[in-house]
Amino acid sequence: MAELNLVQKRKQKSIFTMLALFAIFTLVFYITSSKTEPITFGFILGDEFKLISEWSVSSRVGSGIFMLLALFGIGLSYLGFKSEKSTTLGSVIFGLGSIMSFLCWAAAGKFIPFTGLLQAALLLAVPLIFGSMSGLLCEKSGVINIAIEGQLLFSAFISAIVASLTQNLMWGLLSAPIAGALVSLILAYFAINFKVDQVIIGFVINVLVLGLTNFFYSTLLVPYDSTWNAAGSFSNIPIPILSKIPIIGPVLFNQTIIVYIMYAIVTLIQVALFKSRWGLRTRAIGELPIAADSVGIDVNKLRFRNVMLAGLVSGLGGAVFTIGAVGIFSQSMTAGAGFIALACLVFGKWSPRGALVAALFFGFANSLQSNLSISGVALPSELMLMIPYIATIIAVSGLVGRVRAPAADGIPYSRGNK
Amino acid sequence: MITKFFIGLKKNALLPFLSFIFAFFIGGIIIVVSDPVIMGQLSSPGKFLTSAASRIGNSYLAIFQGSIYDVNLARESGFFRGFYPMSETIVTAIPLLFAGLAVALAFRSGLFNIGAQGQFIFGAIGASYVGFAYELPPLIHVPLVLIAGIVLGGLFGGFVGLLKAKTGAHEVIVTIMLNYIASLFILWLLKTQAFLREERQDPIAPEVNSSAQLPKLLGGDLRLHLGIFIALGVTWFVWWLLTRSTLGFKFRAVGANSNAARTAGISVPFVTTATMFISGGLAGLGGAVHLIGTEYALTAGIAGSIGFDAITVALLGQATPLGTLLGALLFGALQTGSRTLLSNTGTPSEIVQVIQALIVLFIATPMLLKRVFRLKNSIESKSMTAKGWNG
Repeated sequence: MAELNLVQKRKQKSIFTMLALFAIFTLVFYITSSKTEPITFGFILGDEFKLISEWSVSSRVGSGIFMLLALFGIGLSYLGFKSEKSTTLGSVIFGLGSIMSFLCWAAAGKFIPFTGLLQAALLLAVPLIFGSMSGLLCEKSGVINIAIEGQLLFSAFISAIVASLTQNLMWGLLSAPIAGALVSLILAYFAINFKVDQVIIGFVINVLVLGLTNFFYSTLLVPYDSTWNAAGSFSNIPIPILSKIPIIGPVLFNQTIIVYIMYAIVTLIQVALFKSRWGLRTRAIGELPIAADSVGIDVNKLRFRNVMLAGLVSGLGGAVFTIGAVGIFSQSMTAGAGFIALACLVFGKWSPRGALVAALFFGFANSLQSNLSISGVALPSELMLMIPYIATIIAVSGLVGRVRAPAADGIPYSRGNK
Repeated sequence: MITKFFIGLKKNALLPFLSFIFAFFIGGIIIVVSDPVIMGQLSSPGKFLTSAASRIGNSYLAIFQGSIYDVNLARESGFFRGFYPMSETIVTAIPLLFAGLAVALAFRSGLFNIGAQGQFIFGAIGASYVGFAYELPPLIHVPLVLIAGIVLGGLFGGFVGLLKAKTGAHEVIVTIMLNYIASLFILWLLKTQAFLREERQDPIAPEVNSSAQLPKLLGGDLRLHLGIFIALGVTWFVWWLLTRSTLGFKFRAVGANSNAARTAGISVPFVTTATMFISGGLAGLGGAVHLIGTEYALTAGIAGSIGFDAITVALLGQATPLGTLLGALLFGALQTGSRTLLSNTGTPSEIVQVIQALIVLFIATPMLLKRVFRLKNSIESKSMTAKGWNG
């Protein structure tokens, strides 16, 4: 057998890992499962075209069907490995098959509103997507952004206040990116101009924003809540025809304006980062700033600009919490979403597409967990909620495919210093 | 030895002191701005300034009264009772000190341990179980409980170091994730049969047996407990470890320049693992002392925000043991005083969070203060740098 290079070796390892998992899952969910109660998936949410309204299948049979899908995913990965192409699609299919098989096993005898599950997953993922895009813009250009949490929280706070005071949601939506950029300004100023350690300054920003929002929440938003904290929220805008497509329609095309903006921004970042002059320069200053400098790129200026852009993006993510959902601000309402966004970025190997998939996965895991506990499935929900965090640790430690940050990520640049 | 312990203080004190003053100044402005009555007097500057000054003065006086010495309490129930707030301050400062030392030690090896929270939780879990599940004489039980805290916290932290040494996984990302895992784990654990109280269904573990509790030092409702001596001893130990031991020298060498340390024959993977193990052990010990000194029963909120405040404490103390001790006392005082602040003046206690963050912001950026106060190079700042994701 020919010598395998490092990448091929890792792919081989991950295929073996998948096979081992497949064996365990099949054993638990199919072979030893004695659950024969049917599981019912509901697919209709609103007035979309009806292709199928319900699908009922015996728990054990359903698990088996989806394990076959997982096996198909492994096969696809193997083909990719043999022809030295990507194995990612195969792994994603394997993951989906395994999760669905688990769902059939766990929710035997229950009704699962499948379309609603997906819709909730997307909603939970939206702030994570904005947050990880913010992290991406910073880190691709070499500035570590731990302050995503602070950006999200501050823009959620400001957008709620502005929308309440003006009684106009659009003003709230406009103010959110500005608030995010203000937080970014602190990060950029201290990290780039003062060359303060980026992780530390990011951490301090989070504490500062948490303290400030908590303080003004108690002094302004609670006593004067009818004028300061009554923003209301955007209603969904169904896109004609597209929103009628079964399953996909209500999930993707019957959402608030912020979600549509998210589609545009992710597409824009993906294209611009890899196809435009700005993207090339951004990646250059994140990998080898000294080389970028030698061809006349102003490293620190571009970094500053990108960090500010990142603030604008995560500002929109913050707006999702208030005017995009519940309509009012409450204390520390982002609840660590900024850190999960950071995890998505790492999990998605610092690429826009990867971060998007990771955020959707995290959103789905969360939505699945809450859905199962609502429908009364006895599961240790705390242990299920751990899965994304454990997955992230596995991803950074290189047990399943090594991830690598941009080479100059976190290192301040000044001429003369390497 | 003791004198050398204090020499470091003078050189490093200017920066924290200025940060402190500046943060309180800005905190005062925020208090005034958020008060609609005072802001309404802006048209008459004289009146505005006097009421603003008295507002700020009253607020900080309330913090002092609530954290150091309460004159009113002394007048009612005797001179000695006036020290009640100070006892509370020290009780609050003890767990902050342990966790702060954990973060400070890691800083000196160039590691940013955000995971003190998770390690603290695991230490408390270990202490709780050993504390309530066994009946032993106090002289054996208490040390056993503390060791359980050190071991569990140390393993939880050491895992991070090992992972970094073996695979290069960055400690910041791993510890952030482990913090979430720890707080979910304790939620789950408290629902399991082993940790449920017999007569209760809510998530609270049984109290540790009285043989495992740290004795109170002053009696009455003063909560000051024996943990203060453990805390001071551990502070001294960390100082000794860092400045007087071979291991500590290796830690600092790796922290200053890991490439040079490697060339000199120091095993960087070993130092990374050892640092994170000891760091986690310190945080875990903090969890154990907090549990058997004040809380007695394990709850999901046992760690509060101690593990995160510890990072600010360590930054405030410039990652030195003595500095961390002073930082923990200051934060303990601020947090204890913030309760009185709310009840006496109506200013929300969250202002203390803002002041804490500002202090650390200024400490982390010596350049900023140098510009504001036009100082020459009289400010020294310790190397508190985490490395980039690939570092």
